[in-house]
Amino acid sequence: MGELAAFIILACVTLIPAVVVVTSGNIVRSALSLIPTFLGVTGLYILLHAEFVAGIQILIYAGAITVLILFVIMLTAGGTGTRIRQVNEQVPLGAMAAVWLGFLILLVIFRTRWPYTATPAPQYNVASIGTAFLTDYVLIFEVTSLVLLVSLIGAIIVARREE
Amino acid sequence: MPKVIVDWLYVAVFAFVGTIMAALPLGIVWLLAPRADLPQKTLTYESGVIPFGQAWAQFNVRYYLFALIFVVFDVEVIYLYPWAVVFRQLGAFAFFEMVIFLLILLVGLAYAWRKGALEWT
Amino acid sequence: MDWLTEILKAALLTVVVFTYLAVVTAMIGVYLERKISGWIQARLGPKHVGPQGLLQTVADTVKLLQKEHITPRQADVLIFNAAPIMVAVAGLLDWVVIPFGRIGERVLVVRDLNIGVLYFAAMASLTVIGILAGGWSSNNKYALLGGLRSASQMVSYEIPLALGILWVAMIAGTLSTVGIVQAQAQQGGWFLFKLPQLDYAGAPFGILAALTFLTAATAEVNRVPFDLPEAESELVAGYFAEYTGMRFALFQLGEYAEAFAMAALAAIMFLGGWLEPNLPAWLWITLGLAAVLVVVLLLITGASRDLLIRPILILAVLGAALCVVMFFGVQAGRSPVLPSPVWFLTKMFALVFFLIWMRWTYPRLRLDQLLNLSWKVLLPVGLLNLLITGFLITVVRAP
Repeated sequence: MGELAAFIILACVTLIPAVVVVTSGNIVRSALSLIPTFLGVTGLYILLHAEFVAGIQILIYAGAITVLILFVIMLTAGGTGTRIRQVNEQVPLGAMAAVWLGFLILLVIFRTRWPYTATPAPQYNVASIGTAFLTDYVLIFEVTSLVLLVSLIGAIIVARREE
Repeated sequence: MPKVIVDWLYVAVFAFVGTIMAALPLGIVWLLAPRADLPQKTLTYESGVIPFGQAWAQFNVRYYLFALIFVVFDVEVIYLYPWAVVFRQLGAFAFFEMVIFLLILLVGLAYAWRKGALEWT
Repeated sequence: MDWLTEILKAALLTVVVFTYLAVVTAMIGVYLERKISGWIQARLGPKHVGPQGLLQTVADTVKLLQKEHITPRQADVLIFNAAPIMVAVAGLLDWVVIPFGRIGERVLVVRDLNIGVLYFAAMASLTVIGILAGGWSSNNKYALLGGLRSASQMVSYEIPLALGILWVAMIAGTLSTVGIVQAQAQQGGWFLFKLPQLDYAGAPFGILAALTFLTAATAEVNRVPFDLPEAESELVAGYFAEYTGMRFALFQLGEYAEAFAMAALAAIMFLGGWLEPNLPAWLWITLGLAAVLVVVLLLITGASRDLLIRPILILAVLGAALCVVMFFGVQAGRSPVLPSPVWFLTKMFALVFFLIWMRWTYPRLRLDQLLNLSWKVLLPVGLLNLLITGFLITVVRAP
């Protein structure tokens, strides 16, 4: 009961600002509306008992990615004061794609036999994640650092060119 | 209820009730404070002259570069948290795995340093 | 309906913590800041409202409550109003994981989250958004510039801050704030001076980590010498240039709440939180006698009549009383002698004093120096400290 209520509240917290993100005429408002969306998703992670992932969600998405997005927006030529339209003449096409995707997702949901597995979900605490990283998934872990390195170098090259 | 849920229920209530409590003085001010609408008063401050142009103008690319480097290192630090918690149980091997991870990223820092991306010029 | 009672309990605690923030961190914090600043600059600070100006900040708050809210004509009204609330709430949320002490088996903390310090870092990172939103929505060039500066500074120092936190998490082997204090209790010493397996040889690493953390924390809360975002001589007041009355006060509340939270976290991570200093009785009485000597000297020479010397006299008397109480307590074999929140608050206020002291000691940094310090000094130093300490406690002195 309480869990369902929490889920509905969190879904609203996530979805209503998400609608603002894609409809607002002001690009900074769009970017700032991402924050309640991210926080709502954090709550959904908590309902799944994934505490560490929830912490990351706040730290990385709400605290870092949003700042990056805001900085990028402030770089746009002409400034942030102008109102923009978020829709163009391709709306019908986009709507069709959205309906099709929604239909597919619903199909998958109703066709799956829940609960999917009989075994209880694994413990998503920090220690077990760390152990997994450093034992079973060590290669993936090290490759992640390479991905981060590539993204860092790429970012510097792109930003330098823009200057 | 599991501990995780109760913990974060408190966080959620803190955020919600905290918002109300922070907004409360704003409401009190709305009731108490005087209001006088003078056109000059609502101008933004620009050292005494009438503001020209929009403040919402285009900004410097350097801010963006720092934000990008920050996001990369923030993600890196996230990987350090699980390591920090368990590496004493896992011992020397886990330590050297993390050394490799960090060395690869230090190459990135050195690259950024050499390319002058950390320079505010 | 246990979740309903939990919600009610949480709501009640919110009111308590919010009141604590408004009274202790904002009102007493501002009062102390002004008094100590005055003392350092050889003047008296607030003096007229209440005894020793104690009610000055109360009067200020009442005044701010009556001030008109001026919203700039071209501002984005919704975001303009939401930004100070967001900063204040982010400051409030920091305090969820701060343990104040321990009475019996019960730890005085709102919730001991499993990911405590990670949560703290996450909440601190939320402040950036509020500041950036406030700076942008004012539609003022100074405010936007201040907001952007502030944001780039805060994100730059978030990494060294996290490295300082990580160092402690690595030593303690947990992210929970209560767990960190208990790890220090277990080894019988503060992480500042003593590390497991290394014993007191770990002191240089502990001090280095504490310095990294404190420097980053000072920058994170935009205090001098890292107050470029608010540099009044060049940016008027930075991101809150257009804010008046209570909305300005909310920004201040958020900033003080976070500054105090940083001091509290530093006390928890490096100074043993609520733990009592574990000193032998003879050391307590020596310290006490030294304090008494200072008091006697001040009284004999008549220097205590000087208003600027008087704070030293008061501090010496308090210190002497504390040492004597501790001496007899330790002699009588009581442990702990004083209730634990006393120690936590003492450590926190000592660090707050340190922050205020720093404000009048160092000049403001230039933006390029500020970014250099973060990326080229603190980040490499923090990483190396993490690696060397890790190397020593896992490889060289493996348990």
